[in-house]
Amino acid sequence: MSLFPVGLQHYLALSVILFALGILTVILRRNLLIILMGIELMLNAGNVAILAFSKFNAAMSGQVYVLLTMTVAAAEAAVGLAILIALFRTRKTVNADEATYLRW
Amino acid sequence: MIILQTLSARLPDILFYLFAGLSLIGAVQVLCRRNPMNAAVSMVVTVLSIAVLYILLSAYFIAAAQMIVYAGAIVVLFIFVIMLLNLSAKEIGRRRYTLFKAFAAFVAAAVGVSLLPGVRGAPRAISEQPIDPSFGSAKTVGRLLFGEFLLPFELTSILILAAMVAGVVLAKRDITPNRTFSPVDAILDLLLKSDRKDKSP
Amino acid sequence: MILLRYIILAPIAALLLNLLFGRFWSKTTTAFLACGAVFVSFAAAANNCVYMIRKLAVPEMQTIFDPVFSWISVGRVQVPVDLVFDPLSCVMCLIITGVGFLIHVYSVGYMSHDPGFRRFFIYLNLFIAFMLILVLADNLALLFVGWEGVGLCSYLLIGFWHTDMKNASAGKKAFVVNRVGDLGFLLGMLLILAVFGTLSVTDLRELISTAASAMTPASTAVATTICLLLFVGATGKSAQIPLYVWLPDAMAGPTPVSALIHAATMVTAGVYMIARLHFLYALSPVASAVVAAIGAATALFAAVIGLAQNDIKKVLAYSTISQLGYMFLAVGVGAYTFGIFHLTTHAFFKALLFLGSGSVIHAMSGEQDMQRMGGLRRYMPVTYWTFLVGTLAIAGIWPLSGFFSKDEILLSARLASTPVLSGAALFAIGLCAAFLTAFYMGRLFTLTFFGNSRASEETKHHIHESPWTMGGPLILLAVLAAGAGFGLRQFENFLSPIFGHPEEAPHEIKLAIMAVSLLAGITGLALSLYVYLRRPDIPRKISTSASLLCDCIANKFYIDELYEKTVVRLVYIAGIVSHAFDKHVVDRAVNWTGGGLRFGGFMLSFFQSGNVGTYAVWFLIGVLALLHAMGGVHPPPAP
Repeated sequence: MSLFPVGLQHYLALSVILFALGILTVILRRNLLIILMGIELMLNAGNVAILAFSKFNAAMSGQVYVLLTMTVAAAEAAVGLAILIALFRTRKTVNADEATYLRW
Repeated sequence: MIILQTLSARLPDILFYLFAGLSLIGAVQVLCRRNPMNAAVSMVVTVLSIAVLYILLSAYFIAAAQMIVYAGAIVVLFIFVIMLLNLSAKEIGRRRYTLFKAFAAFVAAAVGVSLLPGVRGAPRAISEQPIDPSFGSAKTVGRLLFGEFLLPFELTSILILAAMVAGVVLAKRDITPNRTFSPVDAILDLLLKSDRKDKSP
Repeated sequence: MILLRYIILAPIAALLLNLLFGRFWSKTTTAFLACGAVFVSFAAAANNCVYMIRKLAVPEMQTIFDPVFSWISVGRVQVPVDLVFDPLSCVMCLIITGVGFLIHVYSVGYMSHDPGFRRFFIYLNLFIAFMLILVLADNLALLFVGWEGVGLCSYLLIGFWHTDMKNASAGKKAFVVNRVGDLGFLLGMLLILAVFGTLSVTDLRELISTAASAMTPASTAVATTICLLLFVGATGKSAQIPLYVWLPDAMAGPTPVSALIHAATMVTAGVYMIARLHFLYALSPVASAVVAAIGAATALFAAVIGLAQNDIKKVLAYSTISQLGYMFLAVGVGAYTFGIFHLTTHAFFKALLFLGSGSVIHAMSGEQDMQRMGGLRRYMPVTYWTFLVGTLAIAGIWPLSGFFSKDEILLSARLASTPVLSGAALFAIGLCAAFLTAFYMGRLFTLTFFGNSRASEETKHHIHESPWTMGGPLILLAVLAAGAGFGLRQFENFLSPIFGHPEEAPHEIKLAIMAVSLLAGITGLALSLYVYLRRPDIPRKISTSASLLCDCIANKFYIDELYEKTVVRLVYIAGIVSHAFDKHVVDRAVNWTGGGLRFGGFMLSFFQSGNVGTYAVWFLIGVLALLHAMGGVHPPPAP
């Protein structure tokens, strides 16, 4: 994989690395805020891949998808943060390790 | 001169490497920073660099939306929450096991590896075919949104409405374990407020 | 002409009404409905009978056919619910509904003080309905439904007073013994289905009449197997050796039940079935001979046991077994008409005898032991005179009906030659049985009605003649039992479309056999009268001098004990083994399956840590697995 010229390959590689970093964030961090950020990272990685494909195929519909993804991301962040606030209010914590009430 | 010429010809590629590197640095910072505030700021870095990449991919409108929605709204929301909760820098609780860390890294690597065939088989270059100048402009995206994709777009509004209601209900101050919100009750309350008050002192 | 289904539906309607609404109305209404329904059936059957006699000249009109609906239709196996009314089922229908009606009326009086009055009549009506299904069925499968149904009713009615353990176990015994026979019947039926591909009697008859000329030894063997299997069913239902043991115990039921089910109708189902399939038995001389031999043996064997019984109903029960043996003897030697004729006359006089004994028992406050009776002649004239008619009829005294039917059977046996027993031997056995029949009936009659009363003072005080609901049926049955014999020629003609005309025997032989059988009856009666009236010391002397033999007879040759020690013991052991197998293998397998799953679930529940990060890892592993299962990621296609 040569450095130049930058093509679809490079964008996809970036997308995969970003996605893996997002996964790691979600898995490794315990702060629920940062876990939410990890999710946003993964969504962004996806967006990058979609837009790269869109450009490569000269297909505008990809950009619409990205717009929809962003809407979902915004909604998800809003709801996630609301849950977080509710959790903090009742349990005084945002630590994922301590919020394990829904289990056997 | 030749160097300059080469540079100008390669400018998009150089910009890609620059901002791709920036976005990766930001992402790594999100992963590693203890302080949520630092993580949020790193998130802004990542989001903005990705917006630049969008411009390189001739998605001008999306790039603007990325800046406004992500950097302007979502990350700001994160920061608001961080300040609202007044979280300390230190994460509470015990550390995760190293073994689990290794396992997590392995799973993430496995995801990356499984996606690799798709990356490796992809064409090297962005296609050389001439691109319509209006590609990615707000007008084109708008036409698509209100034309071909009207139904999904309208459905999005419902999604956002639902998220809004959920946000309001979840974050309401007087949440008590015994009282759950019921829309039917809420409407009844509105309609029969006086009657109910009369009956129950 | 009345559609055949209504003959069956009348008692069903009555029993449903009594079952659903019976508690809202009085005993009188219940009784009226139950008896009325049977009378309606009788009237319908009689109407059809008259219609058929009128059309007897036209061969195609001799059967009434009523296709009700298609019951089973699987591949080439068709089991329709078809009802057929030909002379044979006509005779059976008239007996069932006619005698059944009289017994219903009798029961109104007999059961009047019983708390289970309504239940009793519901069972009786159900029995009548199933019995009618049995005799009207054109299809062996439908016949089997009736066959099992009457078995069920028999069980319910034997154990009618089920609070007494003895009665309940008697019902159980009848049910279990009948199951053994029913297994044979079922196997025979399935073999018919496998060989002929149909269960319809009409179709079978046509198939066999076309195929009868082309019989090979192999097909004869198949026919013999089928006939013997069906006969196993008949021995169960009709109480023949070796499955007769349930019938004496069945006397635990109310006496009208003994009269209706265990004398007049249900127990004759085996005879009816063989007569119905006579064309099949005609193919197999061996099977017919076995039927005749078993019938003759049962007739003699049961008569011997009957000599030493003291329970009035037990004597009649063994008498029934013995008379059923006669019927099988008749159908075994091919004298189907006379077998059915004896069935008819037996239905009259045995129902009469049972009802008479019921009247006696009713008067004696439930006492059944003949040793404690005696002298009832003075107290109950109606019962006495009707019982006398019944006794003379069963003993075969001219001109009562038993003489004609028994005489014809003995004649047919004498003239027959079978591969198992010669005609002379069958005749000799039959004659012995006739003599013994006369003797034990004379003994029963003498001990019950003559001499001085041996009852306790209190019982004596209560002795009374029965009410008219009981006396009326007795008188009617006595008239029938006395006069039915004169209808023999008409009966033969009526059944001739099915069985053909029997061969006319030489006049001298006929007269000789009449004389011999009459002599046997008269000597038997006279001897018993003399012994039990004038010389009561003789039986006592015999029982002391030949105590072993007498004990043996009185204990029914220890057959019950023998079965207990062999068959029942074996089944019991098999039951223990299978219970152990069920408990230790089946149950354990089930429990371990459940326990394993439970343990697995418990182990899996550790995955549910409640931690979002851990969940994410499992989730990703799942995604990866799916991704690889679907063939991995493919490179994007070129534009």
